[in-house]
Amino acid sequence: MDKHSSGAQATAQLRGHYMAQLRKKRLLNMILLIVFIGLMAAGFRTAEERNAGGFLDGVRNIFDFPADVVGEAISRAHLLPGYLLKYLPSLIETINIAAASTLLGGLIGLFFSLLVTRGLAPVPWLVGPLRRVLDFLRAIPEIVVALVLIYLLGGGPVPAMIAIALHTVGALGKLFSEVNENASLKPVEGLESVGASWSKRMWLGVVPQVAPNYFSYALLRFEINIRASAILGFVGAGGIGYDLRNTMSWGQGKFDEAGAIFLLLFGTIVLVDQMSSLIRNRFTHGAKLSEVRV
Amino acid sequence: MNALSLEGSVQQQFARKRLVSFAVPALILGYFAYIFVAFDMAGLGARVNVKNAATLVSDVYSHKTHVTRDNRDGSLEIAIEGERKGRYAPGDSPDWVSLGDETVVTLSGGHVITMGALVSYDIPGYGRVTAKPGASGVNAVFPEGAVPEYISASKNRLMIVTDAGRLTVTRNRTEVFKYSAGWELFFFTLDSPYHSMSWGQIATAALSGEAGAILQDFWSNKMWRHAEVAWAIVETILMAFLGTFGAAIIALPLGFLAAKNFTPLGTLRFAARRLFDFLRGVDGLIWTIVLSRAFGPGPLTGALAILLTDTGSFGKMFSEALENVDEKQIEGVASTGAKPLQKYRFGVIPQVTPVLLSQILYYFESNTRSATIIGAITGGGIGLFLTQAIITQKDWEEVSYYIILIVLMVFAMDTLSGWLRRKLIQGDGGGH
Repeated sequence: MDKHSSGAQATAQLRGHYMAQLRKKRLLNMILLIVFIGLMAAGFRTAEERNAGGFLDGVRNIFDFPADVVGEAISRAHLLPGYLLKYLPSLIETINIAAASTLLGGLIGLFFSLLVTRGLAPVPWLVGPLRRVLDFLRAIPEIVVALVLIYLLGGGPVPAMIAIALHTVGALGKLFSEVNENASLKPVEGLESVGASWSKRMWLGVVPQVAPNYFSYALLRFEINIRASAILGFVGAGGIGYDLRNTMSWGQGKFDEAGAIFLLLFGTIVLVDQMSSLIRNRFTHGAKLSEVRV
Repeated sequence: MNALSLEGSVQQQFARKRLVSFAVPALILGYFAYIFVAFDMAGLGARVNVKNAATLVSDVYSHKTHVTRDNRDGSLEIAIEGERKGRYAPGDSPDWVSLGDETVVTLSGGHVITMGALVSYDIPGYGRVTAKPGASGVNAVFPEGAVPEYISASKNRLMIVTDAGRLTVTRNRTEVFKYSAGWELFFFTLDSPYHSMSWGQIATAALSGEAGAILQDFWSNKMWRHAEVAWAIVETILMAFLGTFGAAIIALPLGFLAAKNFTPLGTLRFAARRLFDFLRGVDGLIWTIVLSRAFGPGPLTGALAILLTDTGSFGKMFSEALENVDEKQIEGVASTGAKPLQKYRFGVIPQVTPVLLSQILYYFESNTRSATIIGAITGGGIGLFLTQAIITQKDWEEVSYYIILIVLMVFAMDTLSGWLRRKLIQGDGGGH
């Protein structure tokens, strides 16, 4: 009897504690939610105040420009194939910028990643400083490097390629080093026991193990870099972005060429997106978009 | 026989591996060779603008002061970087210029320039160069012997460029540039009383109740526009914040629509997925252009562009995460008699929250960088300041200031989001 009541008492006490804890957690979550909503609302109002046009006016006009472009493109549809052909070289340049910078950045990033992986690094005290270098390369937006290089080298694809490649070194260097950490050390030890040098241990012991993952990440980076190279073109670095800015500046009545470029860009991005996810699925069943946007 | 065929197949495999290990590097090399030609890298050497590079580098750590005399009326003007905002008041001058009938400019290393009707420059190790600008030209007179390379002289123009500074004389104008280290007027402009004070004096003034005025003068600095730059940074972060979290709020319900285990209706799922593909495929650049036509330049346009693109990305990622939830937990909640909404709230949301939150925070980080770029296109935030400063092609000290601020901003946001990830998502062992 006594035992029973004390047991019930303990349960009641436990339940009381639990409920108190739950209430505290709920209250905290509630406060967080309110702060978040407040921030969103205040942020939206500030952004709207500092914008040239307000939100409600803009929403009403939002389809004007797309309608213009589509309308003009349809009314001169017979010219469209010609335009697509005309801007194909620029599109190829944009893709080349992305591909070359992904390849270049990937190769340098691969080298960096081996230098910053604990357990594989040949110079352990360099791991920390080199990681900071990678952080720094990732932190600088591409446009900063590209604009400065355009001033020094003139317009064209090279500034964009260098800018994107630098960022790619930072991003892929970090991702590759995370992949390296999961590599088995046994082949490396085996190679070491027969006297292989560091470069041979890495090239024959580590890289073959993780190459499919490297490839997946590099493909995802390629997708991102195509977008980046189109954007950099818009600020003067050549490729399809540059043509887009020019055709846009011709103004109303001449949007059909801009429409053709929109179409090319959209088609390319969707195509590369689909192809890369197909290839990635064959190589690995892992790498996700979310992991790669560092 | 069996061993033989095994050996054969092994040999074959080795041959293939060998081929691949040579073919892949050869392909990469071939592609780079193609890029080398296609991008005209060989002509790059000719295109490099060495003079621009020198201006850029020297501008980053130094500034120049212009001392200009109008030879027609004898008036004198001293201005930092030759800008109106950096002009000294008449009768006021830095301590290396002594005003009078003849203005004497003392450069470093014993170089002295006297500016008046007669201009003279004493160059240590060479001698005195004089010029008498007038209707007949600049009438330059040099010491005997060959004229060194750093002097270029013609009938109407004399230019002397030394390490200490630069003198230009034309018929109408005599101008001296003096280079000094550091960013000019970074804290206070010349019209502020605090410009001529030392740090100690300013600290004393601040303690005696002038702190507000001092801060006000710094904040409203016309040359560096600290207040506006700070606002631009806030605007950039605001774009990233509104865009990312707005997209997440919209994408969550859409993600349920696109997930196989929550939406049995195929057409609905298909529609949601195609919407995501469309939003992602159109890409931030095109969204930015389309939206800036409707909303005009500013942070709202940038925020909406990020919001639209990322709604596509988040929708896709969220639906993938939702398809991977553990059904057992939902069944467990259902067995207690939970209604459908409660099933989602207690069976699904707790499972996916850590994954979704960490994805959202990753995007928040990377969108801080995107917002800088979008700002440069649509005209808002620090990206706009950066492009404007680069377009002038002479304010490189401001460009480097903005670059430093951008990098600090990105680092700060990375740190904040990393800290939040660790704080909010316990058990996310990686914490990368």
